[in-house]
Amino acid sequence: MNVTFSAEEVAFRKEVRDYFENEFPQDILRMQNEGVPLQPEDLIRWHKAVNEKGWLAENWPVEYGGTGWSPVQKYIFAEERARANAPPVLAFGVNMVGPIIYTYGNEEQKRRFLPDILQTNVWWCQGYSEPGAGSDLASLKTRADLRGDHYVINGTKTWTTLGQFADWIFCLVRTNSDVARRQEGISFILVDMKTPGVSIKPIVLLDGEHEVNEIHFDNVEVPVENLVGEEGKGWTYGKVLLQHERTNIAGVARSKFRLSRLRSRAQKSVRGAAPLAEDRNFMRGISAAEVELKALEYTELRKLASVAAGKAPGPESSILKVAGTELLQAIDCLEMEAAGYYGLAYVRDQFVLDLPDEERVGDTNQATAALNYFNNRKQSIFGGSNEIQKNIIAKHVLGL
Amino acid sequence: MNFSLNEVQLMLADSIEKFVANDYDFEQRQKYSDSETGYSKQVWQTFAELGWTAVPFSEDDGGFDGGPVDMMVVMERVGRGLVVEPYLANIVLAGGVLKRAASPAQKEKWLQPMMAGELQCALAFFEAQARYDINNVETTARQDGDAWILNGNKGYVLNGGNAELIIVPARTSGDPANEAGIALFAVASDADGISIRDYATIDGQRAAEISLQDVSALELIGDADDGYAVLKAAVDDATLAICAEAVGIMTVLTEKTIEYAKSRVQFGVPISSFQALQHRMVDMYTACEQSRSLMMWAAMTCADDPAAINALKYQIGKAGKQVGEEAVQIHGGMGVTWELDVAHYFKRLTAIRHMFGSADWHLDKLAS
Repeated sequence: MNVTFSAEEVAFRKEVRDYFENEFPQDILRMQNEGVPLQPEDLIRWHKAVNEKGWLAENWPVEYGGTGWSPVQKYIFAEERARANAPPVLAFGVNMVGPIIYTYGNEEQKRRFLPDILQTNVWWCQGYSEPGAGSDLASLKTRADLRGDHYVINGTKTWTTLGQFADWIFCLVRTNSDVARRQEGISFILVDMKTPGVSIKPIVLLDGEHEVNEIHFDNVEVPVENLVGEEGKGWTYGKVLLQHERTNIAGVARSKFRLSRLRSRAQKSVRGAAPLAEDRNFMRGISAAEVELKALEYTELRKLASVAAGKAPGPESSILKVAGTELLQAIDCLEMEAAGYYGLAYVRDQFVLDLPDEERVGDTNQATAALNYFNNRKQSIFGGSNEIQKNIIAKHVLGL
Repeated sequence: MNFSLNEVQLMLADSIEKFVANDYDFEQRQKYSDSETGYSKQVWQTFAELGWTAVPFSEDDGGFDGGPVDMMVVMERVGRGLVVEPYLANIVLAGGVLKRAASPAQKEKWLQPMMAGELQCALAFFEAQARYDINNVETTARQDGDAWILNGNKGYVLNGGNAELIIVPARTSGDPANEAGIALFAVASDADGISIRDYATIDGQRAAEISLQDVSALELIGDADDGYAVLKAAVDDATLAICAEAVGIMTVLTEKTIEYAKSRVQFGVPISSFQALQHRMVDMYTACEQSRSLMMWAAMTCADDPAAINALKYQIGKAGKQVGEEAVQIHGGMGVTWELDVAHYFKRLTAIRHMFGSADWHLDKLAS
């Protein structure tokens, strides 16, 4: 039993660290450190930069332009990216629809869509949830009726993250209602957001940000060649990929970065207040979170080692999602506690670079603490709520 | 990166598992626990014959040269079998002191017979005023010619009633809480001036209150001023060992709870079909897996970073409470009966939570 990395893995870590320290767009890192929100153009720019390095599609096979990395390499990359406080990849194109297209799509679809995903020429969003189909996704009602050489789509998708910037949306739609199981008769289809009949309505979240949307389909005509794989198999495609995309679901690297940042901030006096390190209760909170983190990290490493040994990532991955999001939310609470009164100031206009100190209310990291806390309540709700994850473990791991 | 056991560790694991499965069922365990000594001398002899008592000792001392991972392998299975034989008291605690500080002559006199199963030993690491601070030692040692004379009281001496040799930390200088000025003495349990009150503990094991009045020690083990580092290392070993034992126990409790919930029918259905119970069993499973992960990390890193032991004991204290209490709750009325093994696993887990520092005590060490 050992957790040593091979010489190649150590060299890889150094290469990745050098990249983030020197090549990765440094102004993006500055914005991250100052709590300045990235605009769509910033996001596209850094995605393109990482792709030029050849490191954007970590899960893709080499033949489609992916990295072909081992699970351990992906783990190291995630750790170094978090260490640099670089943003995570926007998942919808490269991590979600891309793998579905190269796994189940035809040659024409691969040629048509994959290069633009890699180069971030096209912004993708996800059309799964509906107002009446959240945790019970299989009850989705958006219909796609075949009319000659096209489908006619009617229905509503919701919680569409950053859909206001999207060029395309990938959707699960019902192509057959006359089925024994509701999971059958669902198909996976790609829709150009500019198609007549697609309309978008913003949803503002509790932190005041326009992050998600509701998307309406009113007799939207989509050519049959936009159907991926077989009609009626969409549920299976979505499910298979979900299990394989669960690397980094625990967010270990990010939580590690945040806890060590919190520990070093606690040593400093902010605006004359005593350093938090002198508050034993607060430090116990940090230590408790660090123990959780270490346990989670090793649960993930054990998983990783078993995947590296050729085993399929099983439903046990669900515990990583539950424990990972609980830890992330616990760190949000610690950051808010650290911010004190200045965590209560709602001053979104001060999240800009190079604002003079005297124009700020509190420190930037104090003012972002509450917004993160509120925003991250979503973590235990999306991607299959934590209660759904527990149902999965109960049924598929414990056999209950 | 590799989380598998090596061939020797697999054999060790396999031999203990087979022994527990074939020769150590719950009824048998209860008989051993209820006996006068609180364990079976015959079983202890088997442990020695199969080499389990030699695991943590160097090849020079006639041992297996096992490290923390090997100890983890043994103790997890000791936990699964709810074994009452005094492995911790002899091999881990007393052995932990002897292997680090004893002279070759002392090892021959005490360590070798202990490994052979012929000598029962104990380490008196606790005094009433000390709570969990093993550096808090009021028992005194003064030199009188060639002899060391000990005075003081020791509590909760595991295996103290059975031990022929008791290792007694005593203060040769300094204030009661000083780490410096602590020495370790070998004391014969039949020495003049010693009195031993043997009692049962809640988890079916045995401990003793020992008072020393002008007791002449057999010998000093190691340095007269600097025994604390050795004592701390032995107690750290023991802390890791009981944490591994707890992981074994928590795993059994989770398995037994799932099995029971599937077979227990109420309202016409197995109670395992109720989501309120399913999610709690998932939480038990998660607590076990997280504890196992942390145990592996601690076993691999504690030699370089002793604070790993604090982190592990904090986790085990927390998870042990959750898993133990939930196992009893989901077993319903049966869970609170003496008859069912679940109650006894729970009691051992509870004892472990309170040994060598509570969850809060260890968290405080991490935070300071």
